[in-house]
Order: sequence, then C-alpha cells, then structure tokens
Amino acid sequence: MSSVEEISNPVAENLEEDGVEEENTVEEAEMEYEEPVKGGYIFYRDRKEWADLEPVPQDDGPNPVVKIAYSEKCNKSSDCFGLQKGTKSVQVTCILHESVVFDVCRHYRRVLLQALDKDLREEMKYITAIIEDQPKNYQVWHHRRMVVEWLNDPSEELQFVAEILSQDAKNYHAWQHRQWVMQEYKLWDGELEYVEELLEEDVRNNSAWNQRHFVISHTSGYSDSAILEREVQYTLKQIKKAPHNESAWNYLNGILQDGGLSSYPGLLEQVTELQDTCSSPYLTAFLVDLYEDALETNSSSYDQQETLNKALELCKLLAEEKDTIRREYWNYVSRSLQNTYGSGDPVASSSDPPPPSSSQQPDTEPSDP
Amino acid sequence: MGTQVKDVIIKPDAPNTLLLDKHADYIAAYGSKKDDYEYTLSEYLRMSGIYWGLTVMDLMGQLSRMNREEIIEFIKSCQHDCGGISASIGHDPHLLYTLSAVQILSLYDSINVIDVEKVVDYVKGLQQEDGSFAGDKWGEIDTRFSFCAVATLALLGKLDEINMDKAVEFVLSCMNFDGGFGCRPDSESHAGQIYCCTGFLSITGQLHKVNADLLGWWLCERQLPSGGLNGRPEKLPDVCYSWWVLASLKIIGRIHWIDKAKLRSFILACQDEETGGFADRPGDMVDPFHTLFGVAGLSLLGDEQIKPVNPVFCMPEDVLQRVGLQPDLLS
Repeated sequence: MSSVEEISNPVAENLEEDGVEEENTVEEAEMEYEEPVKGGYIFYRDRKEWADLEPVPQDDGPNPVVKIAYSEKCNKSSDCFGLQKGTKSVQVTCILHESVVFDVCRHYRRVLLQALDKDLREEMKYITAIIEDQPKNYQVWHHRRMVVEWLNDPSEELQFVAEILSQDAKNYHAWQHRQWVMQEYKLWDGELEYVEELLEEDVRNNSAWNQRHFVISHTSGYSDSAILEREVQYTLKQIKKAPHNESAWNYLNGILQDGGLSSYPGLLEQVTELQDTCSSPYLTAFLVDLYEDALETNSSSYDQQETLNKALELCKLLAEEKDTIRREYWNYVSRSLQNTYGSGDPVASSSDPPPPSSSQQPDTEPSDP
Repeated sequence: MGTQVKDVIIKPDAPNTLLLDKHADYIAAYGSKKDDYEYTLSEYLRMSGIYWGLTVMDLMGQLSRMNREEIIEFIKSCQHDCGGISASIGHDPHLLYTLSAVQILSLYDSINVIDVEKVVDYVKGLQQEDGSFAGDKWGEIDTRFSFCAVATLALLGKLDEINMDKAVEFVLSCMNFDGGFGCRPDSESHAGQIYCCTGFLSITGQLHKVNADLLGWWLCERQLPSGGLNGRPEKLPDVCYSWWVLASLKIIGRIHWIDKAKLRSFILACQDEETGGFADRPGDMVDPFHTLFGVAGLSLLGDEQIKPVNPVFCMPEDVLQRVGLQPDLLS
C-alpha cells in the first residue's frame, strides 16, 4: 500500500505495473531504514549548522503539528524531527527519507523553505535523493518542479530525468517533468536524438514515441513534407525491426491522420511489401484503416468495390484468426464498412451494442437533474 | 521476428470462482490493527482507503459490517477551515480526499455532517484560469483533479458553481493523437487518465466530443492474451485497469469490444484464496485498492452476485439513484 501514490477513489494510478510488488516495496523501505540515503545526503542532525538544535523524538511534544501514527517498527533513528508550534524561529523541518511521509510533510517543508530563505540548492539535493528512492510519487516530482521554479534554474533537469529514465524508461512522472522543463525553458535541442537513443534500447517504449510526437509538434511541426517523409520512413524502419509494436503503428497512424493514409505516396506499397516478412495484427489493422480512408475520400486511385472487399477480407481475417480477442471490434468495423460503402442492405448483428435497457445493469430511466 | 508481448501467464491452479465471502472478511478486518506497518504508512491516503473499503463492501452487500459512526466522525474531523478535506486528521486538505469523503458520505446518506458550502468554495478556488484544476494550494495540475472537482460537485448538486466551459476546454486540450488522454496537454495517453477524462465529459454532458471509435479501439487494445488489461502499450496487465479501461469503455458505449470471458478469468485469477482480496496480478500481495477494482470490474462485466456499479463514479448504482444522478453514457 505504501508505494501506491496519491491515489484516490477511482482516480488512481497504480504505478507498480512492472511487477514491483507493493508489499515488497514496503519491506524494502523497512530494510533500508538504517542505511543512508543515496547521493551523499547528510542528515540534518549531522550538519554543523543545525548542531545547536535539539532533535525531538518522533511523535512527541505537546503540540505536534504533524501527527503521524507510527508503529513500533518505525520508531528507529531517522532523520525526522517533530515540528513545534509557537517558537520564535522555526526549529526544525520534518525530514523523512520515505517519500510516503513526504506527502504529509510537504506542506510544512514548502512553508519553511519560503519562510527561512533556505539554500534551495540544498533542497534540490534533498529532493533528488528522495526521487531516486521513490520515483513513482506525484508529490516529490511536483516539489522538484517548485524548487526549479523558485531557483529559475532548469540546468540539471534533463540530465536528472535521463538518469531516472535509465532505471525505468517509462516512468510517467519523469516524462511529465521532462515535458514541463522543455516547454517552460525552451530546451528542445537534442531531444530528438535522446528519443532515438531510447528507441534503440527499446523500440516498444510508448513514452518515447509520445515524446517524439511532442518534440516535433512543438518545433518543426509535421506540415513540412520533408519532415513528414522523414518520420514515415523512420517509423517504417522501426517497424521492420519489431513489427509487433503497437506504439510505432499508432505513431504512423497519428502523423498521417490529417493528410490521409490512402493518399500518402508510396505508403500502401511499402506496407504491403512488409506483409511477407513483418506480418502482425497491427499491420493488417493499418491496412484496414488505409482502405477505409480510401473509401471515405472516394479516392480515384482506388477501385472502390475492390478496396471494400479487401478491407472486409482483412477484418474477417483479424476477427477469426489474427486478433480473435478483439473479434467484436473487427466485426463492428466490418459492418460499418458494409453499411456505409456496400451496395446491399444494411447489416446488423446480434453483437451490436444492445440498447441500455437490455444490458446487465438495472433498467434505469434517466432521472431529472 | 518474434512477437514479444509483455504479459503474464495464468497458472492452471489459479482461482476461477468468485470468493466474495473471503473478500468481505478481508476488508472487514483490514485496518483493525491500527499499528500495522503497512496500514500506518498509508495514513497519507486514509480517506481514499476508507472509500475503497466501504464501496467494495457495499457492492458485496456487506456495508453494515463497517463502523459508520466512527467513519463519519473521522470525516468531520478532516474538514479544514478552507472547506477542503484531508486524508486523515491533522493532514492537509486535497481535492482527492475531498472527493473520497463526499463519496463516503453519499454512501452513508450523511452529506450534511460537513459544511457543504465550504467544500464548494474549496473546489471552486482550485480552478485555474485555463480551466484546469489544481489538486491543492501547491498547484499541481492534472486531469485527475478535473474529474475530482466535477464528481464532487455533482454529488453535492453544485455543478453550476465552476466555469464549465473552461473546464471542458482544458480536458479536451489533453486529448492526444491516438484518441486517448493524459494528465496534462501532450502527456502520454494512459488508461487511468482516460477514465478521469471520459468520466469528466460524462458528468459535464460532453461525451459527443470524444472520438468513440478511435478511443474505443485504443482501449480494447489494452487486452492482452492472458485476458488482463494494461494501462498503456507494452506494459503488464493489472487488475485495476479492469476498472479504468472497462469503465471508460462502458462510458463510451463500447464495453463489448473486450473479450469478457477472458477478462473475467484474469480478474478471478488475481484473488488470494487464503487471505481474500485481490492483487494487481495473479500471485501478488492483495490490498483494498485492487480488491475494489477487481470486484467493480466484475460488476461491469455483469456478475449478478455483485451490485451494479456506476461506471462514472465507481459507486453502487442504487446510491446514485438515491442522490438523483444519472450521468450520460454513449451507446
């Protein structure tokens, strides 16, 4: 539970997607409790400038500002002091190297940072260590963003995020932070190269494909035909390396949406060529999309009837053989194509979406607001 | 070229029947040992933890086993002067826990134990100029918070108190080229965020702005050979996506694009036969969060042993009927 971050209600992100079990993470935190935080971090109790302060044991003091329940196991030496109200100057900050408690203390940290005019570089070192320890927490990343804003210095950010991504190339928060830094401080140079490096390491990294789209959209854009062609060829090259790659096909589809798949010169030929060596359900699905586009735009380069037949044939292949788990979707596409472009009577099916009253949910009438 | 698909393999001896009584016992006992390490460390999200536990118990018809009076008193102690509600006593308020609290009080039909007007003020105050919502005074922006804001206000009957047009404009600006949504503009599409955005658009009556076929396809692509669902391409399946993906599909009228039998068998395999509860994937440790979303997912799939669940609010349909809320769904 402890590593499930800032979640709520249905609005939750369980970021432990890659098999890092929550319970294990809790145990790890327990085991690492008495080890120093990574990155050369020095506990406040060991710093000479704080030497005149008396540490207050956890969960003690008459008016603890931050009352955190601790179990027996937690009550070990840690870099935590209780905040005391009503003192002339702020005595201490609550510093715990488990980011889960960071969530509780963050308000006090920020208030204190602002009030004390503390060296924000120290704070940057602190938050760097915390994020390295617990990189899947919303709050620690937002805190870092605030420190960067206060310092107005993004110079370490891209390097730092790259380090975090080197441990987990799909960390959602890391990518958010990277995007914010780049947009805020206009740091676009070299990002396309960075994305290409990541795709060399893992061509199926969806985050990297998203980032590619982000960088190009915000710099050159896709309207220049030379750029678009570069991207199409780059993507086809990656597809040849790993044809069963949803991200690459999504990207190809995405960048060609505006112009239209069927009218892009040479695309149909290049994709059809791949069918022998690089077949995948994604390739077949892409062809369906391409044929659908040809039908929709009533393209003169395509025989309408033949194109419809091909599209229907591929839908059948997907539904019955290549992508059976999504047969309902492929049957829907097939029916839609037939109904829209076919010459016969409209096709219906028992697996069409049932009207609401026949669903398994109770028969509910819309109520007045 | 080999097709490496990131997925799990369900063992033949994995659970394949629904063990509702065990789950009810698990939740009822959870949190009774208040000095348990894991319980302690999750104090920062306690309000949400209570919401998960109560909702799943209600869906299983076992709400009466929970301590209503203690929980209501707890919530009262968590409302701050600014109107916002915190995860636990002495913690700071946040939109996430404000929603959880309002959901719990709706379950218990006790909304008026808190100052409703102040909650509305708190939510309104978090809306930014571009229509987005911050989670709290520190300004983190995320479409999750857009959802929290409108869901809270809808449950309180106060949707008209925010700038709706701007709120919608911001959420739509987070729609990506694949039809999905991220947490902010240009963020990678993610099933959790998609749930929040489709839920938001449902509550605000703007579902027609979604490209339902494109998004529906992206969502049904989350289903892996094991039958489980992931949250974005090339990630492992996780039972909580049985909720976010499935609820999103239900909202946009395309839930039948998922292979229901295969998903059901994946969800059931995530149960722990000894302890009760559901884990993120078969064989892992259980927790209340995954237990709720496993059960809620099964409800959406039509399991008649479980009460019908509303796909927008993740609350029992009968509670929403009592409140008088019927958010739009596409057909």
